[in-house]
This record gives sequence, structure tokens and C-alpha cells, in this order.
Amino acid sequence: MSAGHHHTLYLPGDTPIHRLPPQCKLLAAVGFAVAVVATPREAWWAFAVDVLLLAGVAAVARVPAALVLRRMVIEVPFVLFAVAIPFIGLGERVEVAGVSLSVAGLWAAWNILVKATLGVVASILLAATTEPRMMLLGAERLRLPSLLVQIATFMLRYMDVIIDQARRMRIARESRGFVARDIRHAPTLARSAGALFIRSYERGERVHLAMLSRGYTGQMPVIHELPAPRRDWAVAAALPGLALATAALAWSLA
Amino acid sequence: MKPQGAVSLEVRRLAYAYPDGTQALFGVDLSIARGERVALLGPNGAGKTTLVMHLNGILTPGHGSVEVAGLPVRADTLREIRRRVGLVFQDPDDQLFMPTVREDVAFGPANMGVRGAELERRVADALERVGMAGVADRPPHHLSFGQRRRVAVATVLAMEPEILVLDEPSSNLDPASRRELAQILKNLDVTVLMVTHDLPYALELCERSLILSGGVIVADGPTDKLLGDGDLLAAHRLELPYGFAPPAHPR
Repeated sequence: MSAGHHHTLYLPGDTPIHRLPPQCKLLAAVGFAVAVVATPREAWWAFAVDVLLLAGVAAVARVPAALVLRRMVIEVPFVLFAVAIPFIGLGERVEVAGVSLSVAGLWAAWNILVKATLGVVASILLAATTEPRMMLLGAERLRLPSLLVQIATFMLRYMDVIIDQARRMRIARESRGFVARDIRHAPTLARSAGALFIRSYERGERVHLAMLSRGYTGQMPVIHELPAPRRDWAVAAALPGLALATAALAWSLA
Repeated sequence: MKPQGAVSLEVRRLAYAYPDGTQALFGVDLSIARGERVALLGPNGAGKTTLVMHLNGILTPGHGSVEVAGLPVRADTLREIRRRVGLVFQDPDDQLFMPTVREDVAFGPANMGVRGAELERRVADALERVGMAGVADRPPHHLSFGQRRRVAVATVLAMEPEILVLDEPSSNLDPASRRELAQILKNLDVTVLMVTHDLPYALELCERSLILSGGVIVADGPTDKLLGDGDLLAAHRLELPYGFAPPAHPR
């Protein structure tokens, strides 16, 4: 309940990007990622074009570069993996500052790094310009499995309730002198987690009753029409379209 | 006490045992006329919640029948029954499960097939009636507890029910929210069945009360008269708050 008025990833705004229907943005982001992955890794300039495309989107959406850079931290675990490849890679080797590196490994690392980064930045931009709720409505419009969308919707609604419950349980533990110091305290924490699970499960049952009481029959009713005019689709298609054209050009020059 | 005029809710000889064999209801008879506000009083474990679950067909009677405005609760009438009986649960976090207040209030009527402008009107109207028109686009968990309870009432009002059934409406409310909710409930022109053990609240809102104890209705009469009968209350584990005396009732 302490969370702000908006979800933490969302950056409120009223730009053309914010206003695009969510289903268009979702498909555009996925399309862009596919186009990037399809680009040959030797075509340095193609990735530079993709970076410019994303920078353009960020500029229109008024998402500051600093915010994008800060959120790219999520990528760090993958980066660490990619950094290891040139050291452990086989085949032809080059000397860089006295360290022997595998050429194939360097290419593989570059390939992972650049493509993952572009994908991550695209999804950061998507998350910053689309409320999580709208994202789910978009997913629904794209005919993603209804059950999965419903589960995600409930997660969005009840996340704060459950976090709050966990916080109260922690305070209750600490009020009675419990401090988790080492492994011997794990059973207590495990029991708390179990209790939290049972409580959430019971809440799930009560919510289901409340849904049945208001006529739920297994399908969420359509409350938002959320139309996507052809013009919006065309605008959204610009990003993946240009990225795809770049990839195609890179292949034809290769 | 036999109500006059059109009947909103008619329960006859309702008995129910849980699958594990625990008998919860032993033949409940009650009848509520359209426009009445009735309190269902009883100690914990008396079978109040079990009875409520029968009113919109979540539980199926082992014996006896439930009718809402003449329509029996049966598997083939469930859809219409659930429109007619608006159940407000005790914990608003169970009742408000959609990402925003607007979507939550729209959930019920949308399930009934209401769409477009009519749906908008229903939502706006229901929120207006509980004084929550300003919060339509907020997520429920950003509202205060009292506000959430009022929105929970709106989610049910939007279905334009024949009877509103409230489970412990005053629980966990601070005195101001409690009074505000009472004001709202008084101004609604729907039939109300209020399940509670908050006796002063029953006295304030409901002319008539039923006492459910041990799975049967043991008393049915004017609320002030029932609350004035100390022996009756004591026999069924009901107690008035310290220092509270119901207004004298001519005997």
C-alpha cells in the first residue's frame, strides 16, 4: 500500500507513444526484438541504426536517457555471462592488453551483448510508456491465453496486498524478539512463507466466491473496447519496420 | 412476523450440512418484504455466513428452498439469482479484485451483458450513490478501508439487485466511516439484509431483526424490542456494548 500512485516502471506522460494502443506497442516491441536478433552480428552499422531508432522513440516519449541507463541494470547478470565467453572460448586467439582472448568468443559475446541490450532497452521503453494494466488489456486484445492474462491481472492487483501481509508478519516476528541471523532461523522463515502461501490461497478462494457472486462464468467480461485504428498500427509498425529493413540491408551487403 | 406486500426473499425450512457432516442449518424460515431493512444477528458460528452463501446459490440447500422475488435458487436460475442478490463480503480486498475501481464496478453488469454507454451509466450511478464518484480511476488498494467498503457496496449496486446482503458491514471501520456508511445505506432504496453482531448498528439501520442461533431462527421482531430483552440476548451469546441501553420500548 506504500507504493506510489503509479507502478514503478511506468513514467506518466501524454506523448504520441503513451497514447498508442497497448496492443500496437506490444507487437512493435516484439517485432523490433525479432528484427534485431535477425541482424548479422558483423554489421556494426546496423546496430548503430537500431540504437538511433530507439533513441528516437525515447525522445518522442520524453523518456530521459538517465532513466533508461539506470534500468538497464537488470541486464547485468546476462552481461556477466557474456563477458566470460571470450576467456573460455576456443579457436583462434588474439592478445588484448596481454590477455589471450578467443576471437569466436569475442564475436559471440558481442552478439549476445548488443542484441540483449537493444531488446532490454525496447522493453524498458515499452514499460515506461504503458501502464501495466494497459499492457494486460493489450495482451488480451492480442488473444493471448485468457487464463494467463487473468492470472497476471490478479498478480498486479494483489501484489501489494501480499507484500503488506508479509510485512505485518515480519513485524509480528520481530516484535517477539526474532532476528534472522543464520541458517538455524531458516525453519521459522520457511513456516512464515508457508503461512503466507496458505493465506494467499484462502484469499484466492474468497475472491473466486466474490467473482461468482457477480456472475463470473470463466471469461473476463469486455469492459474496455480499446480500439486500434489502422493509423495507430502504421505508427507502431514504423519501429520494427525500419529495424527489419536495416537487417535486410545488412544481409544483402554481407 | 409476516411481511406485507411483495416479497424480496423467502427462505423455507432450509437445512444444510457441510460435506464433512457438520450440520450448520437446521430448518431456517424467513421472509423479507421489498424495501425492508432487516438485521440478521447471531453469535460467531451460528450459521450466518452459511445462510448467506445459500442466498445466491454458492451453497446448494440440503433441504428446503430459497426464493428471490419469486424465483427459486436452482442451477438453471443462478445467473439471474446472482444479479438479484448483491452480496457484499466482509473484506473489501476480496470483493475488489480488478485493477481499478471503475473496472471493478463494471465487472458485475458486464458479466450480465451490459455494454457501452449503459455500462458507463451504471458505473457512474453506483459510485455516485455511495459518494465515491471521484475515485473511479484509482486502484482499489490506494483507497482507505472505509472507502473500499463503500466501493464494495457500489460494485453490487451496479447490478441493480433486488436485495442487498451485507456481511458485517461495520467491521474494522472507524467511527466516522461507520457513520458515513450508515448514512449511505439509509438512503438506498433497496431491500437490505445485514448480517452483523454490531447490535447498535442493527438498531440504527434496521427496524426488524432476526436472531440466528444454533442453525435456526430463534427470534424475529422489532430490533428495539429484541435488544431490550436481556435474557434473550444472553441466551444466544449476544451482548450490547458497555454503557449502551436501547431506547425504552412500550411492552
